[in-house]
Amino acid sequence: MSTALVYALTGTALFVLGVAGLILQPHLLRKILAFNIMGSGIFLVLVGLAQRAGTPDPVPQAMVLTGIVVAIAATALALALARQLLDMCGEMRLPEEKTGKDRLDV
Amino acid sequence: MRTLLNVTVLFLASALGLVLGWLILDLPVAAVHLPEQVTALLEMSGVVHPVTAVLLNFRGYDTLLEIAVLLLALLGILALPRHVSDHQHRSPSANPVLQTLTRVLAPLMLLVAGYVLWAGAHRPGGAFQAGAVLAGAGVLLHLAGLLPAWATPGRTLRAGLAVGLLVFIAVAVALMAQGTLLQYPLGWAGALILMIEASLTLSLGLILAGFYLVLTDSRTRV
Repeated sequence: MSTALVYALTGTALFVLGVAGLILQPHLLRKILAFNIMGSGIFLVLVGLAQRAGTPDPVPQAMVLTGIVVAIAATALALALARQLLDMCGEMRLPEEKTGKDRLDV
Repeated sequence: MRTLLNVTVLFLASALGLVLGWLILDLPVAAVHLPEQVTALLEMSGVVHPVTAVLLNFRGYDTLLEIAVLLLALLGILALPRHVSDHQHRSPSANPVLQTLTRVLAPLMLLVAGYVLWAGAHRPGGAFQAGAVLAGAGVLLHLAGLLPAWATPGRTLRAGLAVGLLVFIAVAVALMAQGTLLQYPLGWAGALILMIEASLTLSLGLILAGFYLVLTDSRTRV
């Protein structure tokens, strides 16, 4: 197995961790973090798979560079929205999560 | 109930991971060999570094849309209502050591940003990295208590935030007469890319720093 595939497989592992965290963690900050971990996993898959042939491919690298910056923007907006929710409702949780009382234990 | 949910999600997630891993191992080699195409056309792109060539020439519209998305995200943050209170904004830290160090470091970071921007033409570097360094300098200045958070950006700041997108759009519109979006005329590519990158660096630095400075501002005022 080449190094490139190790990167890509690590990327899938990160992506899956992020998916599980996004579903299981009720706290919005943790959801945002999980979402970022998903994104990092995807970037790792893109960069890893692109150098399978041995030479690094500049096209996915440029895409990932763009993606990282957009991910920062999305995270900042998500944080602002989450804080807005905190200011309005006093809780960092989505309203759907509040109905199931047994899901609230963090 | 909670345990059942946990177990189900973890089981499904590991199944997803296994399927994805298997797919990656099984993936055929790409039919189109992009690195060769990039290398073949690199001479026409106006820069020597392949990643910069892809970012600002071959797939320039990606970058155009990216700076638009960034500006949109900052506008979204600015559009959210703030909680105003009587508390004056306090700088997070007035540590003299940090302040002195930051006063020394901030000009150096400007220098590094300029170098990274210039280096983008022929080695790893470019507008994004330079913008990130600029933003880092802004955040550091704020943390040292030397730069206040942004309540509402003034006229100059707004112009700085928008200049990257505006220059990029202006170049794209000026080149539209040729028929293709963002196809630089031969010989002009290098200069146009440098102009776009320089304005992008300024805007990216301000926008990225803005994410932090705008968010800190409304928090400390609550």
